[in-house]
Amino acid sequence: MLQLTDIEKVYQTKTIETVALNRVNLTINKGEFVSVMGPSGCGKSTLLSIMGLLDEPSGGILELDGRPVKSYSDKELAHLRNQKIGFVFQSYHLINDLSVLDNVELPLLYRAGVGGKERRQRAHAALDKVGLSARTTHFPSQLSGGQRQRVAIARALAGRPEIILADEPTGNLDSVMGEEIMDLLLGLHRHDGTTIVMVTHDEQQAQKTERLIRFFDGSQVA
Amino acid sequence: MLLSYLKIAWKVLLRRKFFTFISLFGISFTLMVLLVVYAMYDHTMGPHTPEKRVDRLLFITKLELWSDHSQSNSGASYSFLDRYVRPLRTPEKVSIATDGGSLVAYVGNQKLKLDTKSTDGEFWQVLDFDFLAGRPYTVREVREGAYVAVINESTSRRYFGTTQGVIGRFLEADALRFRVVGIVRDVPASRMLTTADLWKPITVSTVDLRDPSYLGPCMAILLARDAADIPTIQQEFRQVVSRVPVPDPKAYTEVRVYAEPILGNLLTRELFRTTGPDNGTGRFMALAFGLSLLFMLLPALNLVNLNVSRMLERSSEIGVRKAFGATSGVLVGQFLVENIFLTLLGGVLGLGLAAGVLHLLNGSGLIPYAHFTLSGRVFGAALGVAVFFGMLSGVYPAYKMSKLQAVQALKGGTN
Repeated sequence: MLQLTDIEKVYQTKTIETVALNRVNLTINKGEFVSVMGPSGCGKSTLLSIMGLLDEPSGGILELDGRPVKSYSDKELAHLRNQKIGFVFQSYHLINDLSVLDNVELPLLYRAGVGGKERRQRAHAALDKVGLSARTTHFPSQLSGGQRQRVAIARALAGRPEIILADEPTGNLDSVMGEEIMDLLLGLHRHDGTTIVMVTHDEQQAQKTERLIRFFDGSQVA
Repeated sequence: MLLSYLKIAWKVLLRRKFFTFISLFGISFTLMVLLVVYAMYDHTMGPHTPEKRVDRLLFITKLELWSDHSQSNSGASYSFLDRYVRPLRTPEKVSIATDGGSLVAYVGNQKLKLDTKSTDGEFWQVLDFDFLAGRPYTVREVREGAYVAVINESTSRRYFGTTQGVIGRFLEADALRFRVVGIVRDVPASRMLTTADLWKPITVSTVDLRDPSYLGPCMAILLARDAADIPTIQQEFRQVVSRVPVPDPKAYTEVRVYAEPILGNLLTRELFRTTGPDNGTGRFMALAFGLSLLFMLLPALNLVNLNVSRMLERSSEIGVRKAFGATSGVLVGQFLVENIFLTLLGGVLGLGLAAGVLHLLNGSGLIPYAHFTLSGRVFGAALGVAVFFGMLSGVYPAYKMSKLQAVQALKGGTN
């Protein structure tokens, strides 16, 4: 469903040119659970941002469901992110001023034709899936790190996306909580067939996924 | 979605209370000043007693004999108005009254100076006074030169000590005895063309009704059948005036006299000192709008600055919203709603402050019989100004916020 051909990303300042991604060729198939590993600064997160249509590559072609992403307008890209992609971030990025339920409803706010009642139902269902249905009225600051990440996963699930992009989802958690989150993602993949691309530093977790891609200095090495 | 925006707006306000206080203070103080000024304007020019049908009224209060080198102006004479204004076909009714005068009455040894107005009988049909007791004097009583009077509530209390049982009693002033036929609620002094302590028939005043000269101490009030008739009446009057013979053709070339709504008549002509066909209403409106805008600009800029700096702490939220499908347009909308919510809150506070200031003004006696109120119109104006203010101060930060790159925003950056 995602096809990357010769993808490059170069950050240019007046004096320095930094190559974050160097001619990356990659295919993510529907229903896969892929992990991306590599040292800090090797371009993993940049890759995920480009796959998530949050950032534009400097060169190469990114295709989503067979159509080059470059051909979409900003508005269409926003629509695609809303319909097809769910994000899970290392630092959760929950909106602290909103309750757990309101946070999970967020993707559905931007979806035409989904009313308030349906939004709440789907958010409750997503929270149920991550085992947090008793915490709907809590605020992020009242939750542990693991619980916050579960809320973030519920938020990514609420829109029923075709692909979940998780950027070091266990990076801020201790090993026990990290395992919990990993089990949750594996469960989602196994039971619902959700496509997941996960960036991680944890070799053990990466080994649990179907495919492991290694990065070094902006290039795919395995 | 709106509820979600409002929840966020409320939380953002509570998050940094001091900045919120500064913002709200700026907004509410600005709106308070604007509302007080508007309430005073509305009180003087708006549809209030006795000019409730102000949109249907035209006033002729000045007449000028004009040439390039010589001008002479004052009010109009009774005979001029009687000959050229009363017969107009388009108005529903025409009334002629004096600009004003005064009488002195005594209550025991205490001197009571009364502002008076001498009017015809139609005066009471053209205007809408609130009668507390009795009735207006009639066209017939005016024609017969009856010594009757309508007095205001305060005069009744000062002279008779009460408003009860006063009808039919006599008020003596300047050695004249007037039979009181009616008592009306006090008319604020700001209603300059109709206010008085005592109204009496023009036929028992010192005005020479037969004086043929054009200049004199009188004014006319014209009531249109419908507000839409106003231009037709003005047109008819212009045609009549164009045929009026110039009284002293060697000294003057033109008779300048206009039938105008209250704003042009009372305010803009005085403000711009103009006697020509343009009474300056357009200029006044532009000036008022410009000054209001300028007055709002400073706190709006302050709010813009505050909002832009708040973007830093909300960059993660913006990034997340973009990641989950918010378009720039949606984010602009969200931020504008939040800002308008803040300014509406400021508007409510401003309204409260304005009510307090107007209460103090009413109690101060600065303007006799003034009773400034926050009417529906003033409330509507407050709402409009607050929303406008919200837009003014929200558009730029909202635009800047929406242009934030999602990746940068998630990292906490601002570009």
